[in-house]
This record gives sequence, C-alpha cells and structure tokens, in this order.
Amino acid sequence: MVTNNFEYFAPESFDEAAQLLAKYRDTAKILAGGQSLLPIMKLRLAAPEVLIDLSHVPELSEISSNGDGLTIGSMATYYELSQSAVVQKAAPAIAEAAGQVADVQVRNRGTIGGSLSHSDPAGDMPAVFLALNGAAVARTRRGTREIASDRFFVDLLTTALRPTEIMTQIKIPVATGKTGSAYSKFENKASHYAIAGVAAQVTLGSDGTVTAARVAVTGVSSKSTRAKRTERILIGKEPTASVIRRASDRAAAELQDDLTEDIHASGEYRSYLATVIAERAITAAVERAR
Amino acid sequence: MPNEITVTVNGTEYTDTVEARQLLSDYLRETLGLTGTHLGCDTSSCGACTVLVDGQSAKSCTLLAVQANGHSVTTIEGLATDGELHPVQAAFREEHGLQCGFCTPGMMISVAQLLDRNPNPTETEIREGIGGNLCRCTGYHNIVKAAQTAARSI
Ligand SMILES: Cc1cc2nc3c(=O)[nH]c(=O)nc-3n(C[C@H](O)[C@H](O)[C@H](O)COP(=O)(O)OP(=O)(O)OC[C@H]3O[C@@H](n4cnc5c(N)ncnc54)[C@H](O)[C@@H]3O)c2cc1C
Ligand code: FES
Ligand code: FES
Repeated sequence: MVTNNFEYFAPESFDEAAQLLAKYRDTAKILAGGQSLLPIMKLRLAAPEVLIDLSHVPELSEISSNGDGLTIGSMATYYELSQSAVVQKAAPAIAEAAGQVADVQVRNRGTIGGSLSHSDPAGDMPAVFLALNGAAVARTRRGTREIASDRFFVDLLTTALRPTEIMTQIKIPVATGKTGSAYSKFENKASHYAIAGVAAQVTLGSDGTVTAARVAVTGVSSKSTRAKRTERILIGKEPTASVIRRASDRAAAELQDDLTEDIHASGEYRSYLATVIAERAITAAVERAR
Repeated sequence: MPNEITVTVNGTEYTDTVEARQLLSDYLRETLGLTGTHLGCDTSSCGACTVLVDGQSAKSCTLLAVQANGHSVTTIEGLATDGELHPVQAAFREEHGLQCGFCTPGMMISVAQLLDRNPNPTETEIREGIGGNLCRCTGYHNIVKAAQTAARSI
C-alpha cells in the first residue's frame, strides 16, 4: 500500500518548520513518529499534500525539570520517556504509560506530541496528560500559547491545536505534597491499544485524606475524559479500599451517551472495565502518595 | 516528488532518488533488492518488516525512505558478520525457532534489539520484547527458547 503523492520537507529549525506550516496551512501535516499518520495515509483516509518532518529539529526532543515542573519536548519518543530518569522521578505515570504503549517498534518512533495531537480515542498519553494536569505549548511563527489539558481534547481525533500551530512542548506542573500517580490499562492483545485505560493522580493531606484527585479514562469513548464523579467521591475522604471501590464504580458514569462499541468490546463491557481499571490505577496512585 | 537520500544499509552507503511516498520496506526490497525484509500485513501490525534504524527497531512498512535519509539501517542480511551467523541467528537454528520462516527476519531483529538493551531478559521480558511480531506457526515457544539460548551465548 502506498500513500497519495505529497511533497516532503525536513526543516532543521523550528522557525523553518513554522514558516512551512504557515505557507501550506491545512494542506500540510506535521510528521512526528508517523505511527498514526502513515497508517492512515496508507489507507488513504488522509491525503495531505505536504509533510513537514520535525525529526531534524533537535530542541524538540529535550526533556528537563526544574522547580516549576517537567518540560517534555513534543518529539520525545515513548522509549525515551520510559527510560528517562527525569520523567521517572517527576511524573512516574508518564514513564509507566509510555512503556505500555503498543510494542517496542512503535515505542521507538512514536512521540508524546504525536499522541496528544492525534487524540486517538484509545491513546494512553492523553489520559495521563489529563490526570497530571498538563499543558501543551503551541507555537506558530508569530507567537506561543499554552493550552491546558482540560481544554485540549475537543472530539474524536480533534484537538484545540490550530492548523498553523506546532506543539513544541508538554508541561507537567510539579506535584506538591504527598502526591502519587499511576496508569493502568486493559489492552487489546493484538494492537495493545487500550480497551479501557485509566490515569490517576492523588494528593494526600497530613491527616491522610485526599486533598486533590484527577482521574482520566481512555479507550471507552470518543476521547480521553476526566472522571469527575470519581474525583469528587475521593476528595475529602480517607482513601480506604471501599472508598476507592465506590469512586471507581463511577469511572464511566459521565460517558454513558458516548460509549465506543466495536468488534473488540461492547460499550457496556468497556464501561465495566473502566471501573475495574480505575480501581487499580487509583489504588496504585494512593500507595505512591503515602 | 523526487527526493535524494543517502542511507547506510548494512554498512554500505547508498545514494538514490526516491519518491517521497516510497516506504522504507519498498526501498529495501525493490530498490536495493534486499528481500530478507518481509512484508506481512503492510498495516503496521505484524512486525515481519522490522529493521534497525540507528540501532532502534522500526516497522519499515511504517516509515518513509526519506525518513531514513542520513541514518543507518540494519536488515536481516546485515546481522551476520564475515559469514558468521549472529548469535540470535545461530540460536534460532539451534532451537528450531521457526517453521515457515516468514516472520523470522523481523523476529530475529526484535530479539537482537531486546538483547542489546537487556542482555539477561526474563521469559516475560522476552515475550514483551517480541510483542510487536506475530508468528502464525510456532506458538512462540521455540522463539522464546531461541532468545534464551542467544542471551546465554552473547
Ligand atoms: C501497531 C500500533 C499499535 C499502537 N498501539 C498504541 C497503544 O497501545 N497506545 C497508544 O496510545 N497508541 C498506540 N499507537 C499509536 C501510537 O501511539 C502513535 O505513535 C501516536 O498516536 C502518534 O505519535 P507519532 O509521533 O507517531 O505521530 P504521527 O503519526 O507522526 O502524527 C499523528 C498526528 O499528530 C500530528 N502531529 C504530530 N506531532 C505534532 C506536533 N508536534 N504538533 C502538531 N501536530 C502534530 C500529525 O500531523 C498527525 O496528524 C499504536 C500504533 C501502531 C502502529
Ligand atoms: S509488514 Fe510492516 S508490520 Fe506487518
Ligand atoms: S514461522 Fe511461520 S510465521 Fe513464524
């Protein structure tokens, strides 16, 4: 299978990439790892006229952390994330999820920026990005803005990025106090995509009760979504097994009108799995917070 | 759109003009005649087309030849050195880690990648390491044994 014809550019700086994107706008697509874009183009579900490959822009792969939090270049691969000591320390759920994406070959090439920009309904990174309250840095030739994770995923395969914006970085705020995060999924055995995946971040106060919780579900509906009812049940309580169970039971409560149904699983089954996986992710996050 | 690329494949540098849309798998098989890289599904799933790009495994059906420009590619033909089988190849022969052989080139590249990163893998780590490679024949049992034998001999 081959894709439609297109023109290929390999810019060596961000400015050059942004200029190309400004010129070709929505006839162009950014090429990151190509692990979602190329399969779609081979099936001719997408036929961009221009591809702008970001792999020659070195600063887009940098990972660093300081007092404000973690900054991850959009072109950092899953493999790099899963191996990075900086990521493991600052945001273990990212490293944990990155190591569970797809298979070795896809993890060697697929990027966090590509995953978030693609907004696959079963993508792992989108859920983690939501649970860790991240922000995406979107840049054009002219300016830069930050898009909060809560506003980033708009619909199936649709994000708040504009056609001329390139995601350059992902920012994860520093977790304060006793905070733990985790990602857990039940995967499709062939593709490894999540049938249901849950990312959780929990902060405990000095008395052991939950002071903050963010829980996000992927694979179950058209996009990764926060499970706000689950979060509300957790907050203010001591996270005992029965509280976690009760909270997890609501993990797909807000998704009932938008459940994914396909050959792999019914909506009802996905919904049930979300509650089981939520319990695992929240329990692990609480243990890490302690 | 024609593009000039320079790629080092199995130690030899090639410069060719390719269409932007030419896949690395097609470049290897059709332009260079290296048909050891197999195409199974052509949809990023089976791993038969796996090669190393700068030492990192990738599905060559999901990579453009232009993306390999300036990089170094190792295919199954490049695994042996000076007529000596690579320890992974020797172990596949020893343990009968193949039946029809279709998945084998990609499978061996994945095992080589695994042992390069993790010289002493557990059985679970081996199964995870070949998670992107499908085999229709063996049930994986002898492939796992071959990986264990290769790990011992490296
Ligand atoms: C066999 C297989 C199994 C998989 N299993 C999983 C899985 O288990 N879990 C999972 O989460 N994913 C899975 N994936 C998808 C994989 O994670 C993709 O790598 C990821 O979704 C896209 O990242 P990429 O770097 O490859 O982006 P690309 O495919 O290059 O790009 C994807 C989209 O994002 C846009 N884009 C990319 N980078 C930017 C940027 N910096 N700024 C603006 N736009 C950008 C592109 O234009 C394109 O529209 C799987 C893929 C395959 C082939
Ligand atoms: S032929 Fe490339 S993954 Fe199957
Ligand atoms: S030996 Fe036949 S597919 Fe693996």
